[in-house]
Amino acid sequence: MRRSSTATSDRPRTRAVTGAGTPARRRSPHRPRLLPFAYVAPAFVVYAAFLLYPLGRSVHLSLYEWDGLTLGTFVGLANYVDVLTDDDLRAAFGHALMLIVFYALVPLALGLALAALLTRARVRGLPFFRTVVFLPQVVAMVVVAVAWRRIYAPDGPLNQALSAVGLGGLARGWLGDYAFALPAVGIVGTWVQTGLVTVLLMAGMSRISRELYEAVRLDGAGPVREFCTVTLPAVRGEIAVALTLTIIAALKTFDLVYVTTSGGPGNATSVPAYEVYRRAFQLGQVGSAAAVAVTLTALIFLVNLGVTRLGDRRQS
Amino acid sequence: MISRAERAANYVILSVFAAFALWPVLTILGAALGPNDSVVGAAGHGPGVLGLHPENFAAAWAQGRFGRSMLTSVAVAAFVVGVGTVLSVLSGYAFGTMRMPGGTVLFYLFLLGIMVPTEAIVVPLYFDLRTLGLTNTFWAIALPQLAQSVAFGTFWMRAYFRASPAPLIEAARLDGASSWTILWRVLVPVGRPAVTTLVVLTFMWTWNEFLIPLVMATDEGLRTAPLGLAFFQGQYTTGFTLLAAGAVIVAAPVVVVYLFLQRRFIQGMLEGAVRE
Repeated sequence: MRRSSTATSDRPRTRAVTGAGTPARRRSPHRPRLLPFAYVAPAFVVYAAFLLYPLGRSVHLSLYEWDGLTLGTFVGLANYVDVLTDDDLRAAFGHALMLIVFYALVPLALGLALAALLTRARVRGLPFFRTVVFLPQVVAMVVVAVAWRRIYAPDGPLNQALSAVGLGGLARGWLGDYAFALPAVGIVGTWVQTGLVTVLLMAGMSRISRELYEAVRLDGAGPVREFCTVTLPAVRGEIAVALTLTIIAALKTFDLVYVTTSGGPGNATSVPAYEVYRRAFQLGQVGSAAAVAVTLTALIFLVNLGVTRLGDRRQS
Repeated sequence: MISRAERAANYVILSVFAAFALWPVLTILGAALGPNDSVVGAAGHGPGVLGLHPENFAAAWAQGRFGRSMLTSVAVAAFVVGVGTVLSVLSGYAFGTMRMPGGTVLFYLFLLGIMVPTEAIVVPLYFDLRTLGLTNTFWAIALPQLAQSVAFGTFWMRAYFRASPAPLIEAARLDGASSWTILWRVLVPVGRPAVTTLVVLTFMWTWNEFLIPLVMATDEGLRTAPLGLAFFQGQYTTGFTLLAAGAVIVAAPVVVVYLFLQRRFIQGMLEGAVRE
């Protein structure tokens, strides 16, 4: 499983290559040893200057209280204590957890059902279906946000549909409602991620040998047992990848919130990435913004390592 | 093996999901091609073409100043994709086929960059580039994205070069080809699919990027297309038609490429979608 999260899965192979078993072709006694570095240098310079260095600077800035203009004050870990204690920030991370349900868990459930169904029944129109469900992944999030803002608008298609079926009493401005704004944003995430998860799982399920299915069917297993004993164990790796990608997408939500709700109403839809932006560029709390950013990055690393480990261990 | 009832149920479920996936897309397209709801009177409700109103796109293009923002987006995307691909091919080649002391550590440093979210670098980038007087320039928008692309591209191209057939490289070397010639004359032509995937993914990520231009471009003239759309939404409140048309304009380049190179997109995002 190279694709996601790389770090854990890649290690053994890399060791194998640099170790004793290295194929002779990769070594040439005549080649200057500096040559590989010359190939890597241009990429590394750009990468170090515009990614690695800023990352280090984020950690550095997170230890200061700084308004972005005057001289900063060193405050140690106070900004990180804030992440744990400040009501606004706790709310933002809480909302991110809620979004994980909509971005990762719901699409996983839907994707498993859809992919199992499509693999079991050879239906027509599969390529078209795949194109359609994957489409949300390639559309700019701003465009997605514009579309869903319209759908959720007080006079938008969702409320019209509700009125049409006699549920006009439920109609409301969904994104302006304290109780419904966050789930409304979450459902957009479900819409974006379900296609990715489905296509990923379909790829995994198509590799399961038909004989395996025939064997359990001969044992008299129905669709449910067939799913639990054959399909599910076979796609554990894909599930791990799907969870990694979607959980990270949930944690990184920014464009969607910026365009649909700006974190409102109140702070009902504020998320960590939005807090980073708001604190750094609107409130003049640069140190705090950096601490939130670093915390968010650490969470993303943990998800990457954790979910992949889980997938690997179960597989072995 | 499967009963007719189950098959029918499957089609129903599929159709429901396809409808769910298409609903927002059709909402936008329908509004963009419908009569202009911000114009009172005959102007917005003219006959149109076969009942459609493609003139909305021209109106949106002018009112949303998409000419300017699309041009900026094209320039940024061309730079990031072009330079990013070349740099990634070079570094991926070294990591994939050559031995270098400390190479593993160096490669993990690049891998780190794939996982780092934009949020983690944008704050210091803004303030440091401001100190250098570089905010609100093309470079402030393009270079951070180039760095992100290079991190992913190095990872992606290394995987390709490691899998490239050894006899091919060996034969070229016996012919006396230098490592530079082997790369550009032998490996890159054979690896067109891998390079194409890298190009389309980088193009999509760069075109759709929002946070970096939002922070870096304070000047209207430097807004990229998604940013232009977000501001258009803020200013244009009288209706939805032109906003929808603008949204179609902004989404179109990536969607068109996707429709043609779908397999590259899906394969790339499933196998290498680590950066997202």
